Amino acid sequence: MDFDLSDDQRMIKDSVERLIADRYGFESRRALMRNPEGWSREMWAQMAELGLLGVAFDEAHGGFGGGPVETMLIAEAFGRGLVVEPYFATVVLGAGLIRRAGSADQQAAYLPQVASGELLLAFAHHERHARNDLAHVAATATEQDGVWTITGEKSLVLHGDTADKVIVSARVAGETTDHNGIGLFVVDAVGLNRRGYATQDGQRAAEIAFDATPAEAVLSLDGFPAIAATVDAAIAFVCAEAVGGMAEMHSSTVDYMKTRKQFGRAIGEFQVLQHRAVDMFVNLEQSRSMALYATMMAEEPDAAERARAISSAKVAIGRNGRAVGQEAIQLHGGIAMTMEYKVGHYFKRMTMIEKLFGDTEHHLAKVAQAGGAL
Amino acid sequence: MDLSFTAEERAFRDEMRDFFHTAIPERIRRKLREGLHHSNDDQIETQRILNARGIAVPNWPVAWGGQDWSPVQIYMWQDEMQQACVPFPLAFNCSMVGPVIAEFATEEHKQRFLPRAANLDDWWCQGFSEPGAGSDLASLRTTAVRDGDEWVINGQKTWTTLGQYADWIFVLARTDMAAKKQEGISFLLVDMKTPGITVRPIQTIDGGHEVNEVWFDEVRVPAGNLVGQENKGWDYAKFLLGNERTGIARIGISKSRIKRIRELAAFERVGEGRLIDEPKFREKLASVEIDLKALEMTQMRVVAQERTLPRGKPNPMSSVLKIKGSELQQATTELMMDVIGPYVAPFFTEEELEGRNEPPIGPDDAATAAPMYFNWRKISIYGGSNEIQRNILAKAVLGF
Ligand SMILES: Cc1cc2nc3c(=O)[nH]c(=O)nc-3n(C[C@H](O)[C@H](O)[C@H](O)COP(=O)(O)OP(=O)(O)OC[C@H]3O[C@@H](n4cnc5c(N)ncnc54)[C@H](O)[C@@H]3O)c2cc1C
Repeated sequence: MDFDLSDDQRMIKDSVERLIADRYGFESRRALMRNPEGWSREMWAQMAELGLLGVAFDEAHGGFGGGPVETMLIAEAFGRGLVVEPYFATVVLGAGLIRRAGSADQQAAYLPQVASGELLLAFAHHERHARNDLAHVAATATEQDGVWTITGEKSLVLHGDTADKVIVSARVAGETTDHNGIGLFVVDAVGLNRRGYATQDGQRAAEIAFDATPAEAVLSLDGFPAIAATVDAAIAFVCAEAVGGMAEMHSSTVDYMKTRKQFGRAIGEFQVLQHRAVDMFVNLEQSRSMALYATMMAEEPDAAERARAISSAKVAIGRNGRAVGQEAIQLHGGIAMTMEYKVGHYFKRMTMIEKLFGDTEHHLAKVAQAGGAL
Repeated sequence: MDLSFTAEERAFRDEMRDFFHTAIPERIRRKLREGLHHSNDDQIETQRILNARGIAVPNWPVAWGGQDWSPVQIYMWQDEMQQACVPFPLAFNCSMVGPVIAEFATEEHKQRFLPRAANLDDWWCQGFSEPGAGSDLASLRTTAVRDGDEWVINGQKTWTTLGQYADWIFVLARTDMAAKKQEGISFLLVDMKTPGITVRPIQTIDGGHEVNEVWFDEVRVPAGNLVGQENKGWDYAKFLLGNERTGIARIGISKSRIKRIRELAAFERVGEGRLIDEPKFREKLASVEIDLKALEMTQMRVVAQERTLPRGKPNPMSSVLKIKGSELQQATTELMMDVIGPYVAPFFTEEELEGRNEPPIGPDDAATAAPMYFNWRKISIYGGSNEIQRNILAKAVLGF
C-alpha cells in the first residue's frame, strides 16, 4: 500500500484546493448561489479550464486519464468548499453512465463535450416508490421504427433542471423491480416537462415527466450493471466529499473552542469538551479511511465485492457524518444554528449525503446480507 | 404507594383532551401535527381560547388567573395539550415573565401586565442572552444607568425568540458596574416601541426566522419599569428559570411526533410491504418509545416531589428531564427522516408550502422533516445547554 500521491495527483490536488481556497470562501459561495440557476457557469468554465471535468476520461476524450484517486481528491476539496456546480450530476453520474454503458462512438460524441464544459448532464432514475431499491424502474421505453420513446415520471433528479441532456432509465422488459430489462437512454432536455427546485443543502434537483418522449441515443438495453457500478462510484465520491466537510466542521469547532470565552476562559479549556472534539477527530479519521477504501474499490470489477465495500463505506460515513455534524453544532452553541455561520451548511450537506443512494440502514442491511464487511 | 391515577385525575385528563380537540381549531392543530410553524395569529387565537376557559396560565397564583391544580393536573394539562398539537401558551408570557411579575412586582405592575400577558394582548420576549453571554449569562454587558426618573439602556441582546412580534421585552441589564457579576444585575420591562430599539432577524439553518438580535441605543424607560429591587435581577432570573421544572421534557410533543411517524410509516411502501412492518424500523421506533416511557415515569416522580419543594427553587432532577427530553425530541426528528427517506431533500419555504398549487414532492410531511431535524438541534443548546445541565447534576446531585 502506498498512501503517497504521484506528482500528477499532487498537481490536481493543489489546483483544486487552490480553486476552492481562492474562489469558494463562504461569502463567495453565497454569491455563486445567487445566480438564477443556483450555481455559476463562470465557475464551471473555470473547472473545465483546470481539467477537473475530464479528469477521469481518456486523453482521447479530452481527459486526463485519471482514475478514482484523482476523482477522490476533487471530491474532498469540493466537500470543503460545499461546491454547488453540477459536477456530481454531470461528471460522476451522467458521464459515468456514458463511460460504462455507451459505445465507443457515443463516448467519443459526448465525453469531450463534458470535459470542455459545454454539455451538462443529469441522471433521471429515481421514482417515487423506489425508496432504496436501485432496480425499481416503472418508467417504460418502447421502440417504433427505430425510435425509442420514454414514458414515466422521474424524481429527485439532481441538477435535472439545468441539464442539457438527461440519461434516463426505463424499462424495456420485465417487472418493475427486475434487474434485467432496464434500458439507459439519452434524452435531449429541450422541451422536457421539468419542475426544478432547491434542495436542503443548496443544490438543485427536478421532477421530470416523460410522455412518449423520444430518445436521441440508446446507451444500453441491459443497463443495470452500469447503473450499479456508476452509483457505487458516485457513493465513493460523496464519501470523499463528506470527509472534506467533516474536516471543515472539525477544524472550525476546534478553532471556535479556542477563541470562544465563557466563565472567564476559552470553552476549549473544559476537558469534557476537549474529549468530544477528540471523538469528532476519531470519527473523521475513521471516515477518511473508509473513503479511501471506497476509492480503492470503486472500479473493482467483481460487482458483489465492490458493492459490499461501498456499502460499508456508506454506513461509516453516514454514521460518522451525523455524529460529527451534530457535535459540531452542539459544541459551537447557538451560533452554529444560523445561516450566517458555515458549520450548519456542512451539517445539512452531511445529512443529505446520508440519504443519497440509500441511507445508513439500507447499506448496513446490504453488508449484513452479503455476509459482513470483512 | 399507589402508582395509578385516581378516578378524578383520569376524569380531568379526559376533560382536557376533549377540550383541546374540540375548542382549538383543527386548522391550527394540523400545522403542528405536520411539522409546520403556526403563525403569530394562531398563537394568539389559541391562547385566547384557553384563557377564556381559564386554563392559559394554571401555574399562576389563583388571584391572577391561575388554577388551584395539583402538580399532576398541571402535568396532564400540558401533556394533553401537546399530544393534541395545540400551540402551547406563549412561554415568555406564561412560564417566564408572568410568574416573576406575580411574585416580585408591585400591585400596579401586576394589574397592568398580568391580565394582558395571560390573554396575549401583550406579546413578550426574553432579553437575556448576549453575544458574549450565553451559558455564562451572568457575564452580560448590557447596561441600564439611572438618569432622573428613567433608566437608559445600552447594549445588545441576541437569540431573542419571536422578538419580531413582541410588544414588550424583559431585559437583564447591569445596573451596578462595580459589583460582582451576579450582584449588579436588574430585571427591567421594556416597551418594544421605545425609540432606540432595533430588531434584526437571524435566519436559522432550516431557513426560518424565529430569532433576532435586539439592539438598545440610549433606550429610555421609566424608572417604574424595574421589577422588584435594583440589583436583584439575578435572583428573579433564577426564579424564572427554576420555575419550569417539569415542562421541559416536552414528553407530549415527542408522543405526538411518534404518533405522526407511525401514521406516515403505515403509508410508506418498501418493496412489497409497508415501512411500519419492517422489523428493523419497528425496533428503532420501539426503543425510542421505551426511553420515552421511562422519562414519563421519571417525570411523574419529579412531579410528585413538586408538592414538597418551595416555588421557584430549582430542582436538579429537572436537568435529567431536560437532557433526556431534548435527546428524545431530537430522536423523533431522526425517525421522521428515516420515514421520509430520500424525499427529505427538496427545500421549500413555508410561504411556498402554504400557498402552493403544485402537488407536494414525495410523502406527506416530506418538506418539514429535514427543517425540523435541523431546527431541533437547538433544543439541546438553549434553556441551559445539555453540558450545563450535566454540570448542574454533577455538582448538585453527585456532589463533585
Ligand atoms: C434557537 C434559539 C433560541 C433561543 N431563544 C432565546 C431567547 O428567546 N432569549 C434568550 O435570552 N436566549 C435565547 N437563546 C440563547 C440560548 O439560551 C443560548 O444559546 C445558550 O445559553 C447557549 O449559549 P451560547 O449559544 O452562547 O453557547 P456557549 O455558551 O458559547 O456554549 C458553547 C458550547 O460550550 C459549552 N459550554 C459552555 N460552558 C460550559 C461549561 N462550563 N462546561 C461544559 N460545557 C460548556 C456549551 O454547552 C456549548 O456546547 C436561544 C438560542 C437558540 C439557539
